[in-house]
Amino acid sequence: MTINWTALYVFTGLFGFITILGFLAARWRQGDLSQLHEWGLGGRRFGTIITWFLLGGDLYTAYTFIAVPALVFSAGAMGFFAVPYTVLVYPMVFVIFPRLWAVAHRHGYVTAADFVKGRYGYRPLALAIAATGMVATMPYIALQLVGMEVVIGAMGVHGHLPIIIAFIILAAFTYTSGLRAPAMIAVVKDLLIYITVIAAVIIIPAKLGGYGAIFASVAPEKLTLTPPAAGSLGGYSAYATLALGSALALFLYPHSMTGVLSASSGHVIRRNAALLPAYSFVLGLIALLGYMALAAGVSSKPEFAEGFKLYGANFSVPALFLDQFPSWFVGVAFAAVGIGALVPAAIMSIAVANLFTRNVYKEFIAPNCSPEAESSMAKIVSLVAKVGALVFVLNLEQRLAIQLQLLGGIWIIQTLPAIFFGLYTRWFDPRALLIGWATGIGTGTWMAWSLGFKTSTWPLTIFGVTMPGYAALYTVILNLAVAAVLTLILRAFSATTHEDATVEADYR
Amino acid sequence: MADENNDARPHKRRWLVPLIFLPFPAMLWVPFFNSAEPALAGIPFFYWYQLLWIALGAGLTIAVYFATE
Repeated sequence: MTINWTALYVFTGLFGFITILGFLAARWRQGDLSQLHEWGLGGRRFGTIITWFLLGGDLYTAYTFIAVPALVFSAGAMGFFAVPYTVLVYPMVFVIFPRLWAVAHRHGYVTAADFVKGRYGYRPLALAIAATGMVATMPYIALQLVGMEVVIGAMGVHGHLPIIIAFIILAAFTYTSGLRAPAMIAVVKDLLIYITVIAAVIIIPAKLGGYGAIFASVAPEKLTLTPPAAGSLGGYSAYATLALGSALALFLYPHSMTGVLSASSGHVIRRNAALLPAYSFVLGLIALLGYMALAAGVSSKPEFAEGFKLYGANFSVPALFLDQFPSWFVGVAFAAVGIGALVPAAIMSIAVANLFTRNVYKEFIAPNCSPEAESSMAKIVSLVAKVGALVFVLNLEQRLAIQLQLLGGIWIIQTLPAIFFGLYTRWFDPRALLIGWATGIGTGTWMAWSLGFKTSTWPLTIFGVTMPGYAALYTVILNLAVAAVLTLILRAFSATTHEDATVEADYR
Repeated sequence: MADENNDARPHKRRWLVPLIFLPFPAMLWVPFFNSAEPALAGIPFFYWYQLLWIALGAGLTIAVYFATE
């Protein structure tokens, strides 16, 4: 591929702009950045609009924008599960998360593991929650780089240097500005995404003869799920469980927690549960770009052969943009994806840093460290997390990052019983929750391993009916069952001595 | 920060809150919408039905927010 200079200039210009913004962010709503809740949660001062941009930039990542249409491009209707997934998540946010925000605000909790420690008074469980969050997030950061690499490669620039430069920029402004930097950059990123998507869903169908013509050009069996054979729920249960399981897992990720806890009140969270579906709508339109790429026939055009060989189906949307847009607008669209990688990568590394500092360093290594030492530790850990992700992408196969991210979803959902149920009841025994968590992690990992890490859809058979479904959902049900039964057993034999630092009024 | 700011739970008409969970049956009962017909302006049912539920889900949440706030 030859270098697309016009696109590259626009891309670089926009990147330069957000770099400056990232450093200026340190002065925005100035706080004492030597305090962890100031650096790592933006001082819990973000209102409705900034939280909307921040969470939008955080959850709808560059990788989403590349991978979801790529899945629709290659697998058809099954790839559309991202739409029910992002619809189902918000009612849960509306009901559950104002409670978490309130108790976190009352007690100064910065992470979900902080809450679990306060609620259950059992350090091994809090450590398990923190470790799960850190391990599940690392491959997610790496995947953001994969998304960025695809668009930079699509402009004809190869090699690892651009990614390394982007990462140094990211690391530097995260270090100096903390969560304020991605919050500010998210505004630019989201505006670019909205401009790109609105242009794409108007201009491209107009060129391809309208939506009817686009859908008509896709093989009919690809447009809907294959009806299941007798004795199986086939694609139906797979589709529904992938949507539900992903929705349950999304807000358990540390970077989502960070976004929620940085809001200035529970009202802000409830308003965002109503406003964030705007991004889901954009995601639905982006998913349809996969079909537009099919209709435009990009995979059979010789100029894109190299890109498809390098990046597979992930190249379908970049190829579509190169095929349909003028070069300068390709630059805008690719900048949206590139910056769309930086925002979540920054928030994820901050979330990992918060977890390590609060729940490992301060808890087990330096219990008496000062707030300043705590904050500088977090800054250093955010660097380490990013360097780790960078080394990952540069040295290991891209496929491994995708497989680990798949495992990450199965792992992170195992924190659900302790966190979601913990917000409503102290009924569960923390020791039972820990064993339930271990059971879920073990079974889920085994399922993914026995499927060769190719898919997370497990063919569960009950009474002769096969229900292929998302391993994360099946294993978290097992996790809950184990925790419930063990709680009853432990209760019968020994009284729990673990203290609850919270009272019901803290959750309102 | 004033304490009433932190009270994010619905104050009144809390019985309306379960309405926001309507998208769950609507989107998880897959056989109901797994068809190309009735198409809308060339868009198969499978797609416009699910896109429509994004708007319906958001609309319900907004309505419940104002009704309970």
